[in-house]
Amino acid sequence: MSKYETVVGLEVHVELHTKSKIFCGCSTTFGAAPNTQTCPICLGHPGVLPVLNREAVNFAMKAAMALNCEIATHSKFDRKNYFYPDCPKAYQISQFDQPIGENGWLEIEVDGVKKRIGITRLHLEEDAGKLTHDDDATLVDFNRVGMPLVEIVSEPDLRSPAEAKAYLEKLKSIIQYTGVSDVKLEEGSLRCDANISLRPYGQEKFGTRTELKNLNSFRNIERSLQYEEVRQAKALDAGETITQQTLRWNEETNEVKVMRSKEQAHDYRYFPEPDLVSLVISDEWKEEIRSSIPELPDSRKACYIKDWGLSGYDADQLTVTRNVADYFEQTVQAGADAKLAANWITGDLMGYLNSHNLEIHQSNVTPTLLAGMVDLLQKGTISSKIAKTVFKEMVETGKEATKIVEEKGLVQISDEGAIRSEVVKVIQANPQSIDDFKNGKDRALGFLVGQVMKATKGKANPQMVNEMIREELSKL
Amino acid sequence: MAITKTEVEHVANLARLTLTEEETEQFTDQLNRILQMAEKLNELDTTGIEPTSHVLPMANVMREDEVRPSLPLEKVLLNAPDQKDGLVRVPAVFEG
Repeated sequence: MSKYETVVGLEVHVELHTKSKIFCGCSTTFGAAPNTQTCPICLGHPGVLPVLNREAVNFAMKAAMALNCEIATHSKFDRKNYFYPDCPKAYQISQFDQPIGENGWLEIEVDGVKKRIGITRLHLEEDAGKLTHDDDATLVDFNRVGMPLVEIVSEPDLRSPAEAKAYLEKLKSIIQYTGVSDVKLEEGSLRCDANISLRPYGQEKFGTRTELKNLNSFRNIERSLQYEEVRQAKALDAGETITQQTLRWNEETNEVKVMRSKEQAHDYRYFPEPDLVSLVISDEWKEEIRSSIPELPDSRKACYIKDWGLSGYDADQLTVTRNVADYFEQTVQAGADAKLAANWITGDLMGYLNSHNLEIHQSNVTPTLLAGMVDLLQKGTISSKIAKTVFKEMVETGKEATKIVEEKGLVQISDEGAIRSEVVKVIQANPQSIDDFKNGKDRALGFLVGQVMKATKGKANPQMVNEMIREELSKL
Repeated sequence: MAITKTEVEHVANLARLTLTEEETEQFTDQLNRILQMAEKLNELDTTGIEPTSHVLPMANVMREDEVRPSLPLEKVLLNAPDQKDGLVRVPAVFEG
């Protein structure tokens, strides 16, 4: 056990999924050819004026509300001044002292312990361009300049890399539910920087922090924080002082590298953006946005556990994305037993989706179709083994379960006479197993059941087979 | 509150301006006189008055979220010092 307590705060940038940029009409489509989604406004030509995209404000408010923030009544934009090739105006339009949202929180759960993590603020700003490096030059794509972005700053409430990862996963899930962003780390629509410091347990004052950048996967975030946790502890043990600096995580070498101090010497000289007038957010506007927020993962999870008897694990899996949660609820509404539906969705359906790289609404199996199959299973028309066959056919053809069962003659045999005649045949053919059973080897029973199932091509009701074999054996 | 030469040098550096020794002296003096003038405003009692970020008596000027045509690439690149495959090519900056 380390003698230091880890303190982490995260700064997350989320790109908002509007159709056009925040201050001009250029498209925000991902993956366009370089510099083809730019205009005099986002390129910062002289004499142009930005005009705020209403939808970007709506989306920022929606995200802030879903994160339990208080929404500003008066808000404004400010200029953040810096020279860098990714920023053609030499300032970024951001929000300094009147962010859209403040004082929010979200709840995480690590090792069964729930914890509330504070969110200091959520503000709206424009994204910068994308730089790539080539030989002795830097190449700039300005397509990303002016994409609407929210920056979400957490309180330094996280106490371990695992908590940081849980926070980010929950944040991603909540934003994804609101529909304001597709929150893809790999496409850069979710980006994360982390501040980390250590202090001896019991000390109130925070230690000197370092900032980690370039964390483009959940794995990198956790690993880089673990690395930095160890590095700082060793330095403190050796009596060294931690230097406040920005570190860049290198995913190839799994190490951090100090960024040049010149680039850290930030003095942004914020001042109110004179080209944009203030925002006044009325109660009506707030209410309109609030009513458009769907039920969020935590509340759905609680309902699945409490009302439908699911395990916490299943409820977690079903609520990670809104599409899956909606699909599950629609399946239950179509009449399926919740636990059975949960098993099929988290099992066979997810397996199929993952191996075919599909989203849940892209498969042939609609909630109604799945409910139909679960119903046959529950009524005993098909066994769970047959259900696997039915599911396979259904996912490929999109046919109804009843139709597949009919066409393929897969109805479970529950006719007593028919099963008993197979049972008697199997018992007669396997005298060794009878001896084994009588000698107390329960495995023999399993073998005989298997033989009957094989003889009926898996269609016999396994429970009836089991009972009948016991009956017949006891007669001997 | 007087501004020092060091502060002028710092601000000049942030603005990527190279000042001669003479210019630094001159701007330090000029900036101090401007600040002194602004100091006069502090004589007013502004208790209970909201800070003014804009002088225009309007708020909430917004546009609908509609895509409009962007500039053709060849026009975008007219202002670029150099280009490569449609990307603007500039002197190297390194982040790491």
